[in-house]
Amino acid sequence: MMENVVEVRGLVNKFGTAVVQNGLDIDLMRGEVLGVVGASGTGKSVLLRSIVGLQKPDAGSVKVLGVDVLTADLKATRARWGVMFQDGALFSALTVRENVEAPMRVQFKLAPDLRASLADLKLAMVGLPPKAGALYPSDLSGGMRKRAGLARALALDPEILLLDEPTAGLDPIAASEFDTLIAALRQALNLSVFLVTHDIDTLHATCDRIAVLAGGKVLVTGTLAEMLKVADPWVHSYFHGPRAHAALGD
Amino acid sequence: MPPASSQTDPAQTPEGQKLSGDFVLARLTALQGTLTEGDTDLTGLTKLDTAGAWLILTEARRSGALVNGATPAQTLLLKAVKDALPAEAKSVRKPRHVHLLERIDQIGHGTADAAAGLARITGFFGQVVARFAGSLLHPARLRVTSLVFHMQETGLNAVPIVALMAFLIGIVIAYQGADQLRQFGAEVFVVDLIAISVLRELGILLTAIIVAGRSASAFTAAIGSMKMREEVDALRTLGLDPVEVLVLPRVMALFLMLPVLGLIADLAGLLGGGLMSWYELGISPGMFRTRLLDTDVTHFLVGIAKAPFFAVIIGVIGCFQGLQVEGNAESLGRLTSRAVVQAIFMVILADATFSIFFAAAGV
Ligand SMILES: Nc1ncnc2c1ncn2[C@@H]1O[C@H](COP(=O)(O)OP(=O)(O)OP(=O)(O)O)[C@@H](O)[C@H]1O
Ligand SMILES: [Mg+2]
Repeated sequence: MMENVVEVRGLVNKFGTAVVQNGLDIDLMRGEVLGVVGASGTGKSVLLRSIVGLQKPDAGSVKVLGVDVLTADLKATRARWGVMFQDGALFSALTVRENVEAPMRVQFKLAPDLRASLADLKLAMVGLPPKAGALYPSDLSGGMRKRAGLARALALDPEILLLDEPTAGLDPIAASEFDTLIAALRQALNLSVFLVTHDIDTLHATCDRIAVLAGGKVLVTGTLAEMLKVADPWVHSYFHGPRAHAALGD
Repeated sequence: MPPASSQTDPAQTPEGQKLSGDFVLARLTALQGTLTEGDTDLTGLTKLDTAGAWLILTEARRSGALVNGATPAQTLLLKAVKDALPAEAKSVRKPRHVHLLERIDQIGHGTADAAAGLARITGFFGQVVARFAGSLLHPARLRVTSLVFHMQETGLNAVPIVALMAFLIGIVIAYQGADQLRQFGAEVFVVDLIAISVLRELGILLTAIIVAGRSASAFTAAIGSMKMREEVDALRTLGLDPVEVLVLPRVMALFLMLPVLGLIADLAGLLGGGLMSWYELGISPGMFRTRLLDTDVTHFLVGIAKAPFFAVIIGVIGCFQGLQVEGNAESLGRLTSRAVVQAIFMVILADATFSIFFAAAGV
């Protein structure tokens, strides 16, 4: 269980003079769900983009499944991770079903009706009604778009799932269904999940470890129980605020 | 994907079949059709993902058989997939044959749609005029910064291309005209030829076509991507009128700048024509000038008078198509090209109408 599927070392990201990451180290271990939290603008999305090779860092190294993301050819690795972006990033010119089929199309040769059936299955698994498959992303509600984005990230049954605020904008019931789904999938598929979230319920329900970003680095990592003991003011108010108390039931 | 393990075909047992190997998406095509009826034993499976689980479950459901021997993790996966299976296998969609009657029906719908589109664009034009009148009554509501910005974008920045185009057109007309007129020894009439064709028709028409290509597309793309990102809705919720904020400054900028561009095109065209007739026919600049002053000034006026009309056509079509964009990127591209084609077509149509009108009026 100690194998690291994602290994980030000394990551530095700058935009002009603004330093977003400054020597950040973070690991994702096989089979775990790592919750990544931090105030808005601390660079969670930038970190996620760096891990999947979309953001070329100014310094540091990123390894995913032993592959150096910055230098290696990522064709094979792309079938082994699924990414869900913060705002969904669905292809607006494709229907929802075609969006889910897109990764399958790129990686495997499948008969069209088989591909469509699998896409429908993925859509149903994330809780979308059957008729949603034929709609275009612009015709969906915000929460449905989130689910469609998740279905696309799951299309290839990846080993690593990187999710950027998947439950933001979902109703509480849907959000907790989502938590259950992630828990079920990670057991069944031995998924490792990099989960950026602000949702304390999700942290509580699904995450094995939590990493708190601040000041361009990982401030602390540990279980939820450990987080509750951290003295740092931001971490303290995050995990001891009124919402946290409600979510954690104390 | 890691390589699949060697033995994968289901082995038949008295009660059903015993699966082995990887049941994963990468091998799904190969696995399809290998499953038979009867209970399925999973104990030999090395790997299972949702695609594999889907295959096993759809097969099992069809034959009403049982699935045994799943590990706890596989049981979870099978349950998740089972819950997501559609209520019953859906029938295969057959490609539909299009009958002649349907074709005719399509033509009818197309015509009706075109007519409805024309009605809507006319309505939109009316809206723009109403806002324009409103801004005349309340000049404070006019967005001056935006207006000046678009005057620079659509007017000033188009000067080089418009001037170059008109200069070359002047050269072409002089050259072609000289060739023909020399046969009659009527070289000097080349000045009339250039003056009338450039001032009356080509200067302004070609300018309008270039501006349609440059600005109608830019209007549609800019307004369309705002529409896509709900910026237009955001304006509305702030109580701002998109026509007033987005459309009016653009249309007015074109309205003010197209005559200026037309004038520049006229000058550049005459310059090109003049240089070419000097070089090719030996008509000195002085002679060219004298001859030019003899042509009727109405040619110039007729040409320039058309500019504001063309400007409104281009601006209104560009903005209208931009507001028709829906949520997807495809529609943005489609409507941008439609805006350009429609604007150019309507400009030429209007030019033809003007010709008939001026001919009837005897100008
Ligand atoms: N392409 C870019 N150019 C300039 N600055 C950028 C760019 N992308 C991100 N930033 C900056 O980097 C910082 C971190 O952004 P990021 O999107 O990672 O925040 P975040 O932690 O995901 O916040 P949130 O929780 O609100 O999603 C922000 O200050 C942002 O302005
Ligand atoms: Mg973010």
